[in-house]
Amino acid sequence: MTSVLEVPVDPIVERRRAVQAAATASLGRRKLGSRVALGVCWLFLVIAVIPLVALVFYVTAKGLPAWNAEFFTHSTTPEGVPGGGVWNAIVGTAVITVVATAVAVPLGLLCGLFLAESDGRTADALRFTADVMTGIPSITVGIFGYIAIVRNFGYSGFAGAFAVGFIMLPVIIRAGETAFRGVPRSLNEAAMALGARRATIARKVVVPTALPGVITGALLAIARGLGETAPLLLTIFGNQYLQWNPTKPMAALPTLIYSYSSQPYADLVQVAWGAALLLMAVVLVLSIGSRLLAAYLRKERR
Amino acid sequence: MTDAGSLSDVSPVPRLEESLTVQTERAMTEPPAGDVVMTLRDVAVAFGGRTAVRDVSFDVCAGEATALIGPSGSGKTTLLRALNRMHDAERSAKVTGTIRLGDLDVYGPDTDPTLLRSRVGMVFQRPNPFPTMSIYDNAVAGLRFNGVRKKALLDEAAESALVAAALWDSVKDRLKAHGSTLSGGEQQRLCIARALAVEPEVLLMDEPTSALDPIATKRIEELVGELKDRVTIVIVTHNMQQAMRVSDRCAFLLMGEDKAGELIEFGPTAQLFSEPSDPRTLDYVNGRFG
Repeated sequence: MTSVLEVPVDPIVERRRAVQAAATASLGRRKLGSRVALGVCWLFLVIAVIPLVALVFYVTAKGLPAWNAEFFTHSTTPEGVPGGGVWNAIVGTAVITVVATAVAVPLGLLCGLFLAESDGRTADALRFTADVMTGIPSITVGIFGYIAIVRNFGYSGFAGAFAVGFIMLPVIIRAGETAFRGVPRSLNEAAMALGARRATIARKVVVPTALPGVITGALLAIARGLGETAPLLLTIFGNQYLQWNPTKPMAALPTLIYSYSSQPYADLVQVAWGAALLLMAVVLVLSIGSRLLAAYLRKERR
Repeated sequence: MTDAGSLSDVSPVPRLEESLTVQTERAMTEPPAGDVVMTLRDVAVAFGGRTAVRDVSFDVCAGEATALIGPSGSGKTTLLRALNRMHDAERSAKVTGTIRLGDLDVYGPDTDPTLLRSRVGMVFQRPNPFPTMSIYDNAVAGLRFNGVRKKALLDEAAESALVAAALWDSVKDRLKAHGSTLSGGEQQRLCIARALAVEPEVLLMDEPTSALDPIATKRIEELVGELKDRVTIVIVTHNMQQAMRVSDRCAFLLMGEDKAGELIEFGPTAQLFSEPSDPRTLDYVNGRFG
């Protein structure tokens, strides 16, 4: 034992003790608080997820019995006629989505690139327009398609593709802008300092770097467009027969589900459930696939 | 509290006799300068199975500044962040080996990481004062996080820490101003004050001057010297002159064949720079690579 007279109390040691004492004393309360907060988060997560899981299970249970080889290969039959499938609606949805994607994705990505690369009044106006477009109710888009296309050219797959593309466009623009903006400014500057022109920088540096995000955004927009019903209701008319030609009235899965589900005939309702399951499965595969693809592309980079 | 017998083969830790003459209460209740506050034994950090740094064993002595030096990729920062469990937030990170703070097993099952971090503080590469808080609130943020409510204690700690960080005179009249109104060097000193206010036993500094100009750098380096009797310092630096100026002991890390950093040499700074025992250390300190 060292004996030292008049030991000066070190204020730092004293404060260290006080802080440690306070920290230890409040540890239980802080831990409890964080556990409660985490519990609340979990609770709300479960509440949010329950409807999703219930929906997936219910649609699967109801729709799966409708699935057989004929369901995917034969066109619709009237009520009471056995057999038949939704092949005409699958073709219609595929053609409409392909046409809408072929127009909306390049256009939307170019707009997104422009928004990401330039700050000016034009960009602000475009961004505002895209935001407004996102908020337009889809039935309004359908009416617009009806007035602009159907009244002049008649019901057709193209009219439906126009309306669906209109829904997809702002989604792609914003997804594209976000992805392009995610490219570090330093890469841009590095290319600029090498004497590259803006178009070259965009083509060789910005677009390749942003590709994973761009692909994810585009696939999600396609998934969104696939399920749109209202824009199609007033534009494609529907078709009981197989129709590959988008200048003619076409069938589509969402509108088929809409009209068959309200029919008083059990066999048509069954077909509607099957089509709903098919649509849900495709959208799910697209969403999950886009994430996996983006993760894969990002991994490739490193 | 230190099992010096088993350590001697890894690192010579001489007790500094003169430090024992400092007979304040601190000198009696806590390890005097030269005593070991942190021990590292076979420490390795891996991210998702890929080892970033391994085979690190040395002791951090009280009242000293220990520098971690080495070229980029040698795992200096990764190792530093293992000392106060900053890797906990990274799911794929795995720390193996033993790190002790006094009697406490840093990665022990009963060790609370928040309590640990109130004892082992940290200052980062870039000044990062909380933008929504005033200078005063920044200085006492750690105390409030740890449940300290007493105004007297907060005020006293804020003043003491700001004085120690050589910031008090310039901010005492505008404690309610935002931290972002300060210059870069002042912001970094505010971050040091913020870390000091909790009165940690060890302060980790991760290249604290890398974002600062030479004059601000000089002031931070001076601070490191002044703070040593208040808190033990472990500092990462890529600047060998800085390591020479501020540190008492040096750990030299180097990236091995398999891209994982490992400890090449540990010893008193003067010795490591003048007559290192490993030829790679000699090459590095003479600026032949890195």
